[in-house]
Amino acid sequence: MFKIVEIEARLFLRDRMNSLFALLFPSVLLLALGAIPALRTPDENFGGQRFIDSYVSALVVFALVFIGLQRLPVVVATYREKGVLRRLSTTPMHPARLLAGQMVVNFAAVILSVLLLILVGYVVFGVDLPHHPLGLACAVMLGGAGTFALGLVIAALAPNARTAGGWAAVVFMLLMFLGGVYLPRFMLPSAVQAIGSYSPPGVEAIHQAWLGVAPDWRHLAIMGLVGLVAGTVAARTFRWE
Amino acid sequence: MAIIEVRDLGKRYGPRVAVDSVSFEVAEGEIFGVLGPNGAGKTTTVECVAGLRTPDRGSVSVLGRRPADVRASIGVQLQASELPERMRVGEALALFSSFYPSPVDWSARLGLVPHLKAEFGQLSGGLKQRLSIALALIGSPRIAILDELTTGLDPRARRDTWSVIEEVRSAGVTILLVTHFMEEAERLCDRVAVFRDGRIVALDTPSELVSRVDGGTRVRFVPSAALDVSVLEALPEVTSVTTAGEQLVVSGSENLLHAVTSLLARRQVVARQLRVDQVSLDDAYVELTGGRDVQDR
Repeated sequence: MFKIVEIEARLFLRDRMNSLFALLFPSVLLLALGAIPALRTPDENFGGQRFIDSYVSALVVFALVFIGLQRLPVVVATYREKGVLRRLSTTPMHPARLLAGQMVVNFAAVILSVLLLILVGYVVFGVDLPHHPLGLACAVMLGGAGTFALGLVIAALAPNARTAGGWAAVVFMLLMFLGGVYLPRFMLPSAVQAIGSYSPPGVEAIHQAWLGVAPDWRHLAIMGLVGLVAGTVAARTFRWE
Repeated sequence: MAIIEVRDLGKRYGPRVAVDSVSFEVAEGEIFGVLGPNGAGKTTTVECVAGLRTPDRGSVSVLGRRPADVRASIGVQLQASELPERMRVGEALALFSSFYPSPVDWSARLGLVPHLKAEFGQLSGGLKQRLSIALALIGSPRIAILDELTTGLDPRARRDTWSVIEEVRSAGVTILLVTHFMEEAERLCDRVAVFRDGRIVALDTPSELVSRVDGGTRVRFVPSAALDVSVLEALPEVTSVTTAGEQLVVSGSENLLHAVTSLLARRQVVARQLRVDQVSLDDAYVELTGGRDVQDR
């Protein structure tokens, strides 16, 4: 199992475009936005915070949905399409372990990306360190579980890797919109804001854990539920070949 | 003693019967060929032996157990199964090595050492196949199942692969070989099962299969000077003479060649581009499988 994780990690890093984007883009975007003076000046629109403060949770959302929906479903569907999973099922190792390795590596990438974002935000712009680190860890973990599970549902149901990529792109865009990546959430209609609180990966819980007091346990519970339901659907419908 | 025992195997996919009451045994150390046109049930049969599919009917036992229980003793090279594009040869070998208690490194014998850093997606067809064989053999299996190992390889790479298979066999591995190529079966296999429409229509050594087909000898040549066909037809050894352009095709009994060349010598005619054909496994195969879909790739 250790070998699988190691090799999956190497493959992840070898795919330069994807890995750099996943790991660095949130931090780079924060640097770019923070370079604009107006965005690093406190504004009453953001409850007296700066734009960049209110936007860090959207950048966490980006890291989660990019990895969970741009990379994971395509890789898994490609593994099936190319017969990689079938090939593994002739060995004493069950191909599910390859998927597990895949999840471990992708999740590790999310964690690195978020840690880097926290560091850059703190060092460069004095963004507060997470107020509730445990809550943030839970929010990212459960949000990741929900998002990754959706990615796996797509990989399970899509007939091939191309289709998986197409479906995933649609969900990716939608979740980015709901998560306030395109437009800051205060600009969205309140109904959309409410949906965004409960749609994976759960931007509200992330925001509350980082800059509020603590995440709302209901948000976390919903995220866990999404992960559980989607994960079950994916496991039930997954084809190995 | 039989190392693989297939009894009355049946498998259908929806309404389509893929395999219908197939039985055979493979002895330890044997190279057992599985021949037949596409869709004849070859791959389904070997996939049942590999434990990848569950038969609807009948039984498969490998080393006296259910195939799924002896996965570590069976090395499989599958038709159309690849590795991640960007995985390197060395990584694939390391990964698969980690699945087995005492892995064996075939990379040197298969000429993979210079390519350990190459990514799977960049390998030539021949190298992909060699890697695939190395991975099938890595767990030091007692049985290797090789499905259309040389399809898509150029003749040179195909011959290289054959010598690898012979080497594997001399290491004591029993081989189940699915193939489209008669030449391959004739050269490598101890026994061959010919599949047609989900059943085995013949099971014998290649030479026995050939001898079942009654075809005699055929001599083809271009005569250096005009030659009266009726003179050839008058020879007792000759059964028929046909012309194809300049070429004469003479069919007849076993002593045909001697009879024809003596006649030509007496008449001082030289036989150019002389070729003698004997019934081959190809012909036997065509006859056994009803002449459909022969070498359809």
